[in-house]
Amino acid sequence: MNLFDYVRPASVAEAVAAGSQPGAAYLAAGTNLLDLMKGGALRPGRLVDVTRLPGLDRIETLADGGMRIGAMVRNADLARDPAFAAAYPAVAEALLSGASPQLRNAATVGGNLMQHTRCAYFHDAASACNRRDPGAGCDARGGENRNHAVLGWSDACIATHPSDFCVPLVALDAVVEIEGPDGRRDVALEDFHRLPGTTPERETVLRAGELITALRLPPEAGGFRTHARYLKLRERTSFAFAIVSAAAMLRIEGGTIQSARLALGGVAAKPWRAKAAEELLIGAAPTVESFATAAEAALTEAMPSGDNAYKIELAKRVLKCALLLAADGTPRRMPALPASVFNFDTGCHSHA
Amino acid sequence: MPDHMSDTIPFSAAPHVRLGSSSGQPITRRDGVLKVTGAATYAADNHPAGMLHAVIAVSTIARGRVASLDVAAAKAHPGVVEVITPANRPPLALDPDVKHGMFGFRFDALQNDRVRYAKQPIAVVVAQTLEAATEGARLLSPTYEIEPARIGFDGGEHFDPPMVSIGAPPNFDRGDLAAGLSAAAHLIDTHYETPAQYHNAMEPHAIVAEWDSDRLTIDTPNQAIVMMRGAFAEFFDVPAENVHLRSPFLGGGFGSKAIMAGPHILCILAARMLRRPVKLVLPRDQMYGPVGHRGATQQHLRLGLDAEGRLTALEHHALATTSSFDDFIEAAANASHNLYASPAISTRHRAVRVDIGTPGPMRAPGEASGSAALECALDEAAAACGIDPLEMRLRNYADIDPATGRPYSAKALRACYAQGAERFGWAGRPLAPRQMRCDAGHLIGWGMGSALFPAPMFQAEARATLRADGTALVETAGADMGQGAWTVLAQIAADGLGLDIEKIEFRSGSSDLPDGGVAGGSGHTATAGSALHNAGTDAIAKLAEIAANDPASPLFGTGNAGVEARNGRLYHRSDRSRSESYGDILARAGLATIEGNGKGGRDPAAAEARAMFSHGAVFAEVKVDPDLGQVRVTRLVGAFAAGRIINPRLARSQLYGGMIWGLSFALHEEAIHDRRSGRIINADLAGYHIPVHADIPEMEALLIDEDDPYVNGLGIKGVGEIGITGTVGAIANAIWHATGVRVRRFPIRIEDLIG
Ligand SMILES: Cc1cc2nc3c(=O)[nH]c(=O)nc-3n(C[C@H](O)[C@H](O)[C@H](O)COP(=O)(O)OP(=O)(O)OC[C@H]3O[C@@H](n4cnc5c(N)ncnc54)[C@H](O)[C@@H]3O)c2cc1C
Ligand code: SF4
Repeated sequence: MNLFDYVRPASVAEAVAAGSQPGAAYLAAGTNLLDLMKGGALRPGRLVDVTRLPGLDRIETLADGGMRIGAMVRNADLARDPAFAAAYPAVAEALLSGASPQLRNAATVGGNLMQHTRCAYFHDAASACNRRDPGAGCDARGGENRNHAVLGWSDACIATHPSDFCVPLVALDAVVEIEGPDGRRDVALEDFHRLPGTTPERETVLRAGELITALRLPPEAGGFRTHARYLKLRERTSFAFAIVSAAAMLRIEGGTIQSARLALGGVAAKPWRAKAAEELLIGAAPTVESFATAAEAALTEAMPSGDNAYKIELAKRVLKCALLLAADGTPRRMPALPASVFNFDTGCHSHA
Repeated sequence: MPDHMSDTIPFSAAPHVRLGSSSGQPITRRDGVLKVTGAATYAADNHPAGMLHAVIAVSTIARGRVASLDVAAAKAHPGVVEVITPANRPPLALDPDVKHGMFGFRFDALQNDRVRYAKQPIAVVVAQTLEAATEGARLLSPTYEIEPARIGFDGGEHFDPPMVSIGAPPNFDRGDLAAGLSAAAHLIDTHYETPAQYHNAMEPHAIVAEWDSDRLTIDTPNQAIVMMRGAFAEFFDVPAENVHLRSPFLGGGFGSKAIMAGPHILCILAARMLRRPVKLVLPRDQMYGPVGHRGATQQHLRLGLDAEGRLTALEHHALATTSSFDDFIEAAANASHNLYASPAISTRHRAVRVDIGTPGPMRAPGEASGSAALECALDEAAAACGIDPLEMRLRNYADIDPATGRPYSAKALRACYAQGAERFGWAGRPLAPRQMRCDAGHLIGWGMGSALFPAPMFQAEARATLRADGTALVETAGADMGQGAWTVLAQIAADGLGLDIEKIEFRSGSSDLPDGGVAGGSGHTATAGSALHNAGTDAIAKLAEIAANDPASPLFGTGNAGVEARNGRLYHRSDRSRSESYGDILARAGLATIEGNGKGGRDPAAAEARAMFSHGAVFAEVKVDPDLGQVRVTRLVGAFAAGRIINPRLARSQLYGGMIWGLSFALHEEAIHDRRSGRIINADLAGYHIPVHADIPEMEALLIDEDDPYVNGLGIKGVGEIGITGTVGAIANAIWHATGVRVRRFPIRIEDLIG
């Protein structure tokens, strides 16, 4: 372990000042950052511990009916917050489908948004990785890339963003609140993570020293609570990252879809909002056929980046299945296996 | 397996003692409280005064040589005490590139600058703190002369290995294969592939070494304590008695803690060089290289069957990966030797040299991979013949060992099939796949497999000391890897002495005790247990001798065979009113203690005459999402016949563990190599999947009664490994039954099923 500085600022302003120094990194729960440091993939010279900053651990209902969640709220606390889980059940389900209870108890909202890709070559300091080391090359190309991106990738980088939490959030138009050396700004979550292009090292739009302070959900986001699901496909029943996942949220009135919110996880370097598919569903009946058409539309631009063509077909099926589950209605209680295809009372195949 | 057993005392049913007071009871682990309270000290919990920390620098290339190491930078780091490289590494008494003894493996201990696999030790940094040593290792910034890595079955040179596993012949033929194949009404020609798997014991490999002139104390988890003490001693040219190896607890071993490995030698070397105690704990990623793994296999099977589904020929070929510099060949094809009756059986092994660490024995070595392929092939055969898979196994039931023609020492496999099937509810299973669905629309499938594992014995010794206060000390250097040896061996020892288990002080896990043999091959309970029982018998015999010859004893004149030991007293066999406590006998004889000694090992005559195996049957139910391909095992029922069960609670726990391992094999485990660099890209527990709780279904392990009068006097076989066999195939077969898709490569993944 390298020697590094550790500072624990007392205020957001102090944190931003410390975090703006070259080589500094914000440390939240460390469940991602410390692993990367131990493996030698990241080597910040200074850790700015933001876990004890005052005021960043609150979950508030806003006057306009939306909600604000402090960046230091723990994933588990958020998922179990009754008001939050009732308003955004697919987000709660996504949170509870991520990692393990121990990790969720520690991991923060800000850290979850900012977590790095699970691309094995990013984690392996001995591999060439443009994201870690601009210009070094990309060992995932031509390497083990079964789980890499099928949307929005570039020759420079084919990694995916691994978060579950972000998938329904991006569909709900969540907004990221940021404090930086130049003051406060808001960024729509959809614009927050960047596609790799030729600069995969720039994972988000955060500028040097900028700190996520909160996440905001707009008032309309609460309108999908009765038809909201997250579905996550993974190589074991729990404690695995998504191969592909989908958030599907619907407003259905009189047998017609009024509006739809759709996003995919595990397919791109960002949580992938499927707006074209959403539009196709407006005014449609919630049927297998319309869902299949929407799912098809969500993946029209998809292309394998390696040995991962199967993910394209799988993503369509997951999205279709998530839509069927959403149309069935949000379950009254959180399923015992959140976001799993193995919740025994419900299944998208009972429609088939 | 040891090749000579001449000094073994065959155990004969002792007239003085009876089994059953402790044996057979589901006692909870005697070390359980220590473990759950954190009071159990594992090797890395030791911190002798003045201790330094060693960290190994490992290679990031798989083949080539180390061109440079920045030793100066590492040494300049605050806290770094020494950097050991091939340039300054003190000599060892033996060459690590020469195999020493049957269990000897070649290993890397900085003998030169060659790199033969990724994560190979290339230097050791010793420092005041773990952090300083870690950073020192990084600062070495090695450069390499890289040669292309040879990875995968087609990556390296194929060869005919002189032997497979440990000392087993590579090829086997019985009967006329060609005739059997040409007489067949159905021919199954199939192939299966299994990946490299790593033991991943929860407790990492660790060692704390301390020298006191030429005496060495090492704290290290070890499965073969006395044998390995001798091996360590030879490398440092000191008498074996000078080495004290302490291994009271192991957080899992699974075979990887039974063999010599470079890191341990390097830690001991550093301690001697620096004259300070040194601790080395492998980080998780370094457990994917120098400490063994299960080699990958490609298996090819041909089964000839007559019109009724009886085997006319069984051919099983396996190609297994090994390292470029040593041989450990996963003996997968041998799984076809002893299970199904076939007039012709032929097995072959080939091997391929690749740039990986040498494989080694890993829980059910050979049996696990071979059973996976064989049980799937049998299922294919059943489908081809239109026969129920259980009926298929019954039609091919072997009443004598097909490989040797010998009778089995005991084989309650029919009862395993019957009781397992009954408990599972196998009857009525539709023959064709894709016939069953649950309400949620998931496909349901049922599959089964037969389980088989040899019942070997090794050599062990034990001592039992009866004390005047009515308690006893029993000692053997056994190894408790979590399987419950401390409990089970104490139960056997208690029965051997006719004492309540609470009166037994059991000492184990240390090389200054009588040799407890190897905790491996599922033979530890049988071997060390026999030694302990014999030691008790010996002590009781001496006690009885005293009583019988003492006119003041109520047992005077009973003669050596006329007493029975129970609850701390000797009783006259036919007159229960005549009895005396051990304490009284000793007191009158003026003795503080009386000592008995015993050995455990197989009776060579019985070994010649009988085939000795544990058997079982495993039934699995899976659910598969028809569109999304995700699999969940929803029920597992195993029924196992493994001789006398000393502790049903712990035996079941072993069988559950084995079955879960089988599930892991079928659905999860795989070390993924980057074929260009040779590095394993998922060398941690986030990337190398094993099942989590949510993957473990309802499971049951039925213990089927089996009286085996030949394996040993106690009738004990083993339960540590058999649970894996049968289970892998049962799950794969259930997936076929659910989906109609036959996946020929493990682990079975979503992408294999969405076709
Ligand atoms: C074994 C394992 C399995 C996992 N499985 C899943 C899964 O299935 N699904 C899933 O979604 N996630 C999963 N995770 C990831 C987990 O959700 C993240 O590690 C966690 O959310 C990160 O939060 P943290 O607070 O620990 O962040 P840290 O590790 O402290 O930080 C992560 C990154 O965010 C930056 N950062 C943190 N807070 C801020 C802030 N306020 N402003 C700006 N930058 C900040 C840090 O500098 C760092 O770069 C898994 C993790 C592990 C280790
Ligand atoms: S895919 Fe991206 S993160 Fe992975 S190695 Fe290539 S550049 Fe690095």
